[in-house]
Amino acid sequence: MEYSEKVMDHFQHPRNVGEIENADGIGQVGNAKCGDIMRMYIKVEDGVITDAKFKTFGCGAAIATSSMATELIKGKPIEEALKLTNSAVVEALEGLPPVKIHCSVLAEQAIKAAVDNYYARLRGEASGDDMTVNSDCEHVN
Amino acid sequence: MEANKRRVYLDHAATTYVKPQVLEAMTPYFTEYFGNASSNHTYGHEAHAGMEKAREQVRKAINAQLPQEICFTGGGSESDNMVLKGIAEAYAKKGNHIITTAIEHHAILHSCEWLEKNRGCEVTYLPVDAEGRVTPEQVEAAIKPNTILVSVMFANNEIGTLEPIREIGEVCHKHGVLFHTDAVQAVGAVPVDVQAMNIDLLSMSAHKFYGPKGVGVLYIKKGVRMPSLIHGGAQERGRRAGTDNVPGMVGLGAAIELAVKNMPESAKRIAALRDKLMKGILERVPECRVNGSLTDRLPNNLNICFRYIESESILLGLDLEGIACSSGSACNSGSLDPSHVLLAIGLTHEQANGALRLTLGDGTTEEDIDYVLEKLPPVIERLRRMSPLYVA
Repeated sequence: MEYSEKVMDHFQHPRNVGEIENADGIGQVGNAKCGDIMRMYIKVEDGVITDAKFKTFGCGAAIATSSMATELIKGKPIEEALKLTNSAVVEALEGLPPVKIHCSVLAEQAIKAAVDNYYARLRGEASGDDMTVNSDCEHVN
Repeated sequence: MEANKRRVYLDHAATTYVKPQVLEAMTPYFTEYFGNASSNHTYGHEAHAGMEKAREQVRKAINAQLPQEICFTGGGSESDNMVLKGIAEAYAKKGNHIITTAIEHHAILHSCEWLEKNRGCEVTYLPVDAEGRVTPEQVEAAIKPNTILVSVMFANNEIGTLEPIREIGEVCHKHGVLFHTDAVQAVGAVPVDVQAMNIDLLSMSAHKFYGPKGVGVLYIKKGVRMPSLIHGGAQERGRRAGTDNVPGMVGLGAAIELAVKNMPESAKRIAALRDKLMKGILERVPECRVNGSLTDRLPNNLNICFRYIESESILLGLDLEGIACSSGSACNSGSLDPSHVLLAIGLTHEQANGALRLTLGDGTTEEDIDYVLEKLPPVIERLRRMSPLYVA
């Protein structure tokens, strides 16, 4: 099993690692049992994602998909970011080994969790460091 | 990878290189003495002589009584499959109960599961303590009137823990039960004496001790009945059909002889380097722990958990620095379950997912260890800074 050059590039030089202070949405998916935890932070202005950052516990593919996902949603309107599929992340990374496809699903879910959290904040149901957590492992198979 | 970059191979438990002396012993059996060892002409006799010399080298190395107790196979997994399936079949009239441990190699565990599913066998999987050890008392307590086989590995492939083989063998013989040990990681690394250690059946694989891949041995004590898994010829006293892999056998024989000869010096040197690596990592990297026994352990094995991060990403990071090792993690095996060995010694999923196995070898140098100690800490630190579990 070998990763594409693009995956290795994003593993070695991940884009947008870190946290966003006063984030407008924070989502976390996965759990240590299934081997990956992805946390995504977004900043939203006028319905557009102006910044995105991540922190990930996981394999090389998990780190690369997190990195690529943040790149793909930055500057995009929320509605467009929600349409981002895992296969678009895989494509942007020039492919993933079959056993690693679940990492891309996790990245898609992380975006959705962060956006859910953004809407929860708008409704006054979340604030501060509250995050929307989806810790099931349904993305596996 | 750049041509001039330093490369350090610390994955000898996965496989070793073939030593030049071993290759040299093998070469004429590819080109000059290429005959079929079953043929009744000079070519066949030459090949046959090479094979029998190798058999004698193995006999001597493990102190078997007779050369015919050495049965060549296609490797460790085949030897393990042959033992379990063969004994289950040959001793079916005596019983159907097999005792093994929770930390065996999958060649044992999956064969056991297959026997449970397809041959109505009953298998007891003994738990291990926090260092990965089973006791003879546990084995004795599990033996029943229908027990036909106990199979306990000599040394664990992930954490390097050595099991009390001699004592377990003693308990088995007291109760008239056959005793098998998967010694794939042990042969060539630590002393193995099948007679003194009460071993009836033993698996080994040449490529773990600087021999070629694709050849192994099953030691079968005289008197133990062993049917063939592979039919179609009378090779290996009817226990394994197929044209003899003479170059492989010759390589295995040369490798085991060399390994046993070098063992006292080599084990000491490698253990000292391993200890230097272990101490160096523990000094430089906070929040990590060593898995397995610190006393009863293979000289070349280090298994260490790094908290807050996942080991495949450590593996990748080290590979980019030219360092090769192994992870016991979910992502590496294709399944998403972390190592059954690490879970069996009581680690959490998060801890087990952060385990790295570094296994040294005869080619490992002091400079290699220094290089790893220089390159590893920044890799760990970088990944931890990325982890949502880590609070600096």
